[in-house]
Parts: sequence; structure tokens; C-alpha cells
Amino acid sequence: MQISEAWLRELVNPPVTTEELVEQLTMAGLEVDSVEPAAAEFSGVVVGEVVAMEQHSNADKLRVCQVNVGDSESLQIVCGASNVRVGLKIPAALVGAVLPGDFKIKKSKLRGEHSSGMLCSEKELGLAADADGLMELYDDAPVGTDIREYLALNDKIIELDLTPNRADCLSVEGVAREIAVLNEMDWAAVKVTPAEITHDAVIDVKVQETDVCPRYLGRLIKNVNPNAETPVWMKESLRRSGIRSLGPIVDVTNYVLLELGQPLHAFDADKLTGSITVRLGNKAEELALLNDQSIKLDGTALVIADDKQALALAGVMGGAATAVSDQTKDIFLECAFFTPVAIAGKARQFGLHTDSSHRFERGVDFTLQQRAIERATQLIVEICDGGAGPITEVTTEAKLPARNAVSLRQQRIEKVLGIKMANNQVTKIFEGLGMQVKKHAEGWNITPPGCRFDIAIEADLLEEVGRIYGYNNLPNSSLLMRSELGKAEEAVLPIARVEDLLVDRGYQEAITYSFVDETIQKAVAPDDEFIRLKNPISSELSVMRTTLWCGLLNAALYNTKRQQSRVRLFETGLRFINKDDKTLQQKMLSGLILGTSLAEQWSEKSRKVDFFDLKGDLEALFYLSDCQVSYSSVKHPALHPGQSAAIINSAGEQLGLMGMLHPTLEKQLGFETQVFLFELEQDLVFKKTIPKFEMLSKFPSVRRDMALIVEEKVTAAEIIKCIHDCKEKNINDILIFDVYRGEGVLDGYKSIALSLILQDFTQTLTDSEIDAIFSKVLEKLNNKLNAKLRD
Amino acid sequence: MSANLEEILAQGLDALAQATDLNQLDQVRVNYLGKKGAFTLQMKQLGKLDPDQRRAVGQVINKAKGEFQQKLEQAKTTMQEAALAERLVSESIDVTLPGRGQSIAGLHPVSITLRRISKIFASVGFKVVEGPEIEDDYHNFEALNIPAHHPARAMHDTFYFDAHTVLRTHTSPVQVRAMEAEAPPLKVIAPGRVYRCDSDVTHTPMFHQVEGFLVDTDVSFADLKGVVYEFLRAFFEKDIQVRFRPSYFPFTEPSAEVDIECVMCNGKGCRVCGHTGWLEVMGCGMIHPEVFKSVDINSDEFTGFAFGMGVERLAMLRYGINDLRMFFENDLKFLEQFN
Repeated sequence: MQISEAWLRELVNPPVTTEELVEQLTMAGLEVDSVEPAAAEFSGVVVGEVVAMEQHSNADKLRVCQVNVGDSESLQIVCGASNVRVGLKIPAALVGAVLPGDFKIKKSKLRGEHSSGMLCSEKELGLAADADGLMELYDDAPVGTDIREYLALNDKIIELDLTPNRADCLSVEGVAREIAVLNEMDWAAVKVTPAEITHDAVIDVKVQETDVCPRYLGRLIKNVNPNAETPVWMKESLRRSGIRSLGPIVDVTNYVLLELGQPLHAFDADKLTGSITVRLGNKAEELALLNDQSIKLDGTALVIADDKQALALAGVMGGAATAVSDQTKDIFLECAFFTPVAIAGKARQFGLHTDSSHRFERGVDFTLQQRAIERATQLIVEICDGGAGPITEVTTEAKLPARNAVSLRQQRIEKVLGIKMANNQVTKIFEGLGMQVKKHAEGWNITPPGCRFDIAIEADLLEEVGRIYGYNNLPNSSLLMRSELGKAEEAVLPIARVEDLLVDRGYQEAITYSFVDETIQKAVAPDDEFIRLKNPISSELSVMRTTLWCGLLNAALYNTKRQQSRVRLFETGLRFINKDDKTLQQKMLSGLILGTSLAEQWSEKSRKVDFFDLKGDLEALFYLSDCQVSYSSVKHPALHPGQSAAIINSAGEQLGLMGMLHPTLEKQLGFETQVFLFELEQDLVFKKTIPKFEMLSKFPSVRRDMALIVEEKVTAAEIIKCIHDCKEKNINDILIFDVYRGEGVLDGYKSIALSLILQDFTQTLTDSEIDAIFSKVLEKLNNKLNAKLRD
Repeated sequence: MSANLEEILAQGLDALAQATDLNQLDQVRVNYLGKKGAFTLQMKQLGKLDPDQRRAVGQVINKAKGEFQQKLEQAKTTMQEAALAERLVSESIDVTLPGRGQSIAGLHPVSITLRRISKIFASVGFKVVEGPEIEDDYHNFEALNIPAHHPARAMHDTFYFDAHTVLRTHTSPVQVRAMEAEAPPLKVIAPGRVYRCDSDVTHTPMFHQVEGFLVDTDVSFADLKGVVYEFLRAFFEKDIQVRFRPSYFPFTEPSAEVDIECVMCNGKGCRVCGHTGWLEVMGCGMIHPEVFKSVDINSDEFTGFAFGMGVERLAMLRYGINDLRMFFENDLKFLEQFN
């Protein structure tokens, strides 16, 4: 909400500067977003009066005016505006004036006639976005007075960003009340004089939905002058609050909305049929709104209707059919209280947000309607003449919001805010805020006013105390709380340690969106059941990832398209996958490598990364976690069938996958090089066993190498398992140090060279003992895997 | 000394002088001092002499031999030194060439920031807790005192899966879950991803928050102020100005926004702080009794504070990053700046 500082100061005028006032408001919880001058910079413009006027001899549209600007001689000014006439008072820019946009006024000649100045429109003074003629001033405007002074333009527009609980400050009166409390002074509420009743015509009002409309006031105002104009001061006030002038009747309702915080609506009474009913809209009932939008009602929205049809969406917007126009003679003025629950969500449901719905949603003072309708009547009669009829009021007292006293205990002020506060200080704060205060033994009973919808419990009162006292004046205390000794869990590998390992091995951490494009999700994990957002921000971010590969592949592509030939990325985060009708949210760790194994350099021969580069990194990771894993060839739609592995722990659980991106996918996604990926489920990986000491052997270890010829299909894992199965306690370690295919080895076979590291706890192994182990292992390998020693 | 011996010595020394490398030198040594060397032969002939003569001649031979040996050692040392010097020259490298081996990468700036935040709070005993990102309406809104149609819901721009399931819009639901799981006293921080249906220059549909809260029998707003103030000073490693402004969150009462003196202009006013000299960095307040009620904590016995901060915002201020969207483009040229 934006309001004029001058308007505020009419109600309360503390001896503080604009800057101080703004600081006070912000620090009291009414955050000031901006402070702007009320009018653009201009100078040298005064109130002028056209005293004589002649048609320009050389131009049809121009007139030569004599303008009194308060000097002894009047000025000759040529003017082209259609509304210029003798006797009119207007803003006159004198020679030497500077208008907004640094437009300097000089003496000039227009088609042969001298012109010493310019008569101005609102647009030329920067007071309106457009104008269709000169700005017309009141007849009593004092000639020669500087227009900035006359229109009080040396004002500031204060824009407040109010939190939803402070609906009471959505008006000039509301903000004035706050300013008064903060400055410990009184404020003057707007004076309202009840209208003189000049006729007794009424329109009947029936309220069907008293739950949501506990109070409805209506009044007929007859014979308003359709040619009346909104006075400049009101237009200016509205403009400074960012509201366009739309004719005097609407302007008055908007003015009262700003002044008191009460939304009002005026219907063209001639367009109403019969009486007014406040009811729910019927299903499929149509309503054409003021903004040219037509809505279809659904049976839950509250409407104002006559005997024929719905006329307005209650508390949100009026309808086009009964809108006031420049033909309107009789108006029906509505001033109601709709409960926040009735309006909440309704405007949004129809894609609307209005000044009225904004206030009703948050809560309008339910004691205000009588005063507000009188204030609006007073202004309408003042500006448009017309005669007011009696007020028709339908109030269901029992359905009005309750304002119960809330107890504030003195000791809670100290306990929650950390300060002690004297009785009279507490009383002063709450009374200043319009609340009733009654002392009781432990503190006070405080009853909030009708405008406050945010005071229901003691904590709400504590906030008021803190807010007015000033949060910054409350003490800061250091941590005085119970402490426990921290934990040092050893059985869990911290994710940070794993991240550091990957970082040290050259992986850059990425963070990608948890929602991805459905196309890539389906391409990368066609078998996964994913879930879809109901209201995605775009189709590229519409489904939840079932694998972090989607985002990592995109991130890698982003970089390869920017001349990065070597990419190593990892990410940690949740994946979202539907299994057995449940959405699992699993913590994953994923990574990707592509390009050369080492960053480009001068020494080593450059080589592309492969499966075993990735596997080496994973082995390092598993070494940290003490997780005993095995790798087995696996088929996955995103991976090369011959270069992909499932990673399985000793309990047989699959921890994750690794492998080369399938060549088809590689091409489809737009990669120009092979990509290797891994993904692990964190909870299965990051277990650690607490180390248990084992005796060291005092005797030397012996290494025996063997080169085996095996069929191509025999895996290294099978060979190692076979050796383990021999259950030779003296075999300490098995190390594969070469894999060879080619000359000397038959097609379809390979040679695997490995070492057995042998050691005994009780003695140095003798040659014959070593030979025995060696033979036993070889025999087993031969029997099980048909492995033979290479010649 | 016999003429013969003199001649042998002269020839020997000459041969030493002629030798150009250690191999030749060794050959000279063999020729003179080896089993069949010239000096050795001379010594062998001593046996044929009278015992009287033997000693005198022996001394002469030994002297000549000694002189030869000394020159030999000298020549050897000189030659070894020369060879070493030559090796050292030939083995010289350009030490300015880069070393071989893997480069070390780094963490994402959001992670770096999250780690620092966690570390600061962990140092006084806050426990790090995580929660689900797909959250139910109850934990994300209801239990936090945001009933359906509450105007605060409009500020959240929620992503929905169905009427009751959302992507969490803040990390505050973890507060509820932690209090459901454990009785006070509690000191918890909850970092993580959050989601809002909003995307423009200053908003990304996903970002990170850290929620923190403390519940105990005597926690006051003053404690909250103290913790937040100390945290911000620790985070920015600077004695910055901090101010608390009343604000509104449905799940805290009293509520506050925390502003710090602009770290870009030191509070003088610049583009980043909108010329106010202040930057909004977090929201906080005393945990609302309704929230305590939803987790069965007696709000007369216990009080608590909670705070929440945007991680990207803090990272941007800390590192001077001016474009939020860069965080999720994962451009290596951006990420590597924080390594």
C-alpha cells in the first residue's frame, strides 16, 4: 500500500523528519519499501486565470490567451487545448519554468503570435500518465500561487509492504494510529458527519449467508449530478496511492477505502431489479465483472444479487451490468463486513486480486461500516450533490467476530522478551493501540479492537509489547542453555568425507534441479515410475527425477557445449521413485566423468577415461566405508550392456550402478565422447565398521606369481573367489597385475597374471609349504574354471 | 731410486694424466698397481735382493708407489667431480613446468556455505537433521499454523502433486518432525532444498534454506537475538551491524526479520541494498504456541526460538555473486571459482 506522507500528517504530525518517520514504521513492523517524491521535479508553474481569449488568426486549433498570473500585467500565452476558456484557472508555466523531463519554457512565437509561457495539463506536470486537456483548478485557486504549494506537491509517497496480519494498517487511519503510539502522542480520527436524510426510499436487503456476511449496510443516494468532477485534492490523494480516478462516485469509494480501510461498492440503482440478496452464487451462473472478465460461479462464492441475477462477486469486484457511469443518477451504496474466511482464496480462484479482496481476506474492522457509509455519503453529497436516504442495515450480531479479552501475565514479558516492564508502560502501549486494558493479579486482560484480527493469544500481546518497545531495544543474551557432550559416531561414514574424497579426486560438485524434463527422465530411466508435478514451472521442470543422472548429464552437456573437454561432476541429493504405490525419497550419490583421464598437460600421453578410471574412484570410496562390495555385469537401459555393473554388498543388496552411457543415448543427448556414470544409494554405502585390531605376523611374507590362461568369459572376480574358496589361511592377499590377449594366447582366451602374498603367523613358510599351497590353488582353478598355467 | 723405477713412476704419472675417464683411470691403476702391475712386479723382485738392500729398495719403491697412488686418487676425485657436475647439468629441468597428476576440484558454493553454517551451529551443540522434500500439507502448513486459505499460503507459491502433497516450500516442516520425534530440550538445524513455483532474475524454483530452532525451559527473545547476532558475525567474519524488525510468520510469535548492514557498501547504501544500507538475511521468532500444541509440547513450560535463512542469499553476499541463476547452471567456470 502506498500513501502520502502529507495525508498521514493531517491525522498525526510528530516532530520527526520523513527519514525518521520511515525508520519508525519499518522498525515497528510496517516495512517501508520505498519513499518517492509525490511529483516529478518542476518549477516556475503558478496558478493562472484566463482573462481574455481570441482565436489565432493563422491556426484553427490555437487560441491566443491573456493570462493573469498575479502580476500587474497579464501574459499572452498561445494555447491549443480544447477546454481553454475565459475564467478558467489553470497551471501556467512561466518563462524560465522547467517542467518534468528537463523541459525549459522560453519566450516563443507560434505562427506569428508571441507566447510567454505555457498552460499545462496534468500530464505535462507529471501528475497523470495522459490527459485530454488543461488541468482545471478550482475557481477559488489563488492566482499567482506556486502550483507545487497549491497542490501540496512537496509531499512524499510512502510505500508500505505490510505483512498479512496487519490488515489494520491498510488505511491512513490505521497507519496514523501506529505513528501516534510510536511517538507517544494523540491522533485525530477523520471527522464524519451523518448525512441529512432527504428522502425515504430504500432497497430491501436480504442476507442469506449470515455466517460470512454478518453485516450489510445499504443506502440509496438519489439525483447525483452525473457531470460532477472529482476535486483535485481527492484525485491527488488517490494518485499518490496509485489509484486512477474513475469518476467521482468510484473515487469516493476508493478514497474511503484508503482513508478508513473499508471497501465500499456503488451500484447504479436504476439498473437493479427488486431487492438485494447476499447469497451464494448458483452453479454455472455467469457474472460479467467490471474488468471485462466473465466468470462462471461454482456454488461456493458469495455474490450480491438482485431479483434477477448475480450483480457482484462479494468483497472482490462489482459487475459490469450495474456499474456506475457518467449517466448514473441514483446510486445504491453498499458497505458490508464479509468474514475473511468468505473471501480468502475466492479472488485467487478467479485470478483476481483487488484492493477490496486484499482487505476483506485479511480482515476489515467489523465496527466500521456505519461510520464508513456516512463518510462516503458525506463526500458524495459534497461533490455530486444528491440526496441520501435512510440506511438499511442487516446485522447478525452473533455472527460478528468475537473480541475476547486475552490475558497477559507480567512474568511472561520477562520470560519471553527478557525485559521487565512497568504497569503504566504496558497500559500505555495497549491503549495507544486502541485496546482495552484491565489489570488483574498476574497481569492484564486486554481486549483488541475490531480492526485487529491478529490478537488471539498471549504471544500476540508479547509481540505488541516487543514491537512498540523496539526489538532493537530488547537485550541480546549469550547462549545460556543446557549443553550435552557431542557425539563422535564411528560406525557412520560422514557424507562430507566422501564428498571430500571425490573432490580430491577431481570431481566438481554440481547441484541440479530435483525436477527434470520428462523426455530425459524417460530416456535415462525408462523403467522407473516417476511422479509428476501438478503445476510445474515449465515442461523442462515437470517430473521428479528418479536418478540424479538426468541433471548431471544436462550439466555435463552444458559444459561440453562451452569448450570443456574434460568434465568430472558429482551430486548428492534425493531421488523420488514410486515403488509399490509409495513414493520413496532416497538419498543418492551420483557422478559422471568424460574426456581425458588427466587434465591436458605436457608430460603424460593423453588418454580418454574408461570404465576402470571410474571404478578406481569408487573403490577408493568403498575403501573409506569398509563396505565389502562385488561388481557384477548388469543390463540397464541407460548403460552400455558390455560395460555396466551392479554394485552389490556382502548382504546381497544392490548399492548402485556404474557404467558407460549407452552409445545410443550418448548420441541422442548430443555427447561427442563417451560418458561414464555411477549412482549409489547413500544409506547402504555409508556404514562403517569400527576397526578391530588383528595381530601382526612377525614372519616374512612371500610373493608367488602365476599367469593363468582362462576363457574370455571367466571374470577376475571368479578367479579371486575360487582362490578364496581354497580357504588357505596363509594366503594374505591376491593381486592381479596383468591381463594379456594376443600372441601366444589363443583367440577366445586371455592370460591373467596374479600374485599370491603368503604369510604364516607361527613360522617362516618353507619352499615345500609354499609349493603345496600353490599346487592346491592351481588345481582348484583348473577344476573350477579350467584355468591353466601359461607356459 | 733406480733409473728403472723413476721411469716407471714417470710413465705411470704420464698415463694418469692421459686418462680421460674413470674407466681409463682404472685401467692405469690395474697396469701399475694390479697383480701384474709395474709397481707390483717391482715389489716382487725385492725377494731376490739382500735383506739389507731389500729394506732400502723397498722404501724407495713404496715411496714411488705412494706418490703414484696419491696422484691416482687425485685424478679420480677430479674426474668424479667433473662427472657429477656434468650429470647435474645434463639432468637439469625446467622447474616451472607444471607437475603431473590429478587436479583437485571443489564443492558447490551452496555446499560450502551450508557446511560453514552447520559448523558454526554444531560448535554449540546444534544437531543437523534432515527431512523429506516431498512433504504433506500437514507438516508444511497445518502444523505450522498455516491453515488452508491462510493469506500466508499465497506467499509460498507451492508446487503440488495432489491436494495434500507438496514440494516443501521451506525447511520449517523439519522443525515439526524433529519435535514429533524427540522431546525437548532440543537444539537442531535443518539444512536442505526447498521449492517455490517462481522463476525470474531473482527467484529460482529450487533453492536452499537452513532452519534452526532451540526449545528449552527458559528461552527468550533475547537468546534468539544473541544467537542470531553471534551467528551472523561468525558467518561474515566481521563485526557487522544487525537489526531486528517486527514481521510476521504464522509459526512464530513474536516474529522478526533480521537485517545486516550491507556487506557490499558497509551500510553506506548501494544498488545491492536498494540504497537503504541494510540487507534482509533471515526470518526468525519465538515458536508459536499453536506449533507447540501440534507436537504436544506444553508452551507454558517450554519456550523456543526458530530461525530460517536462504543459503543462496548468504552465499551471494559472502562471495559477491550477482546472479542467482548461476548456482544451478553448473558451469565449471563458475563452480571452479570456489575451489
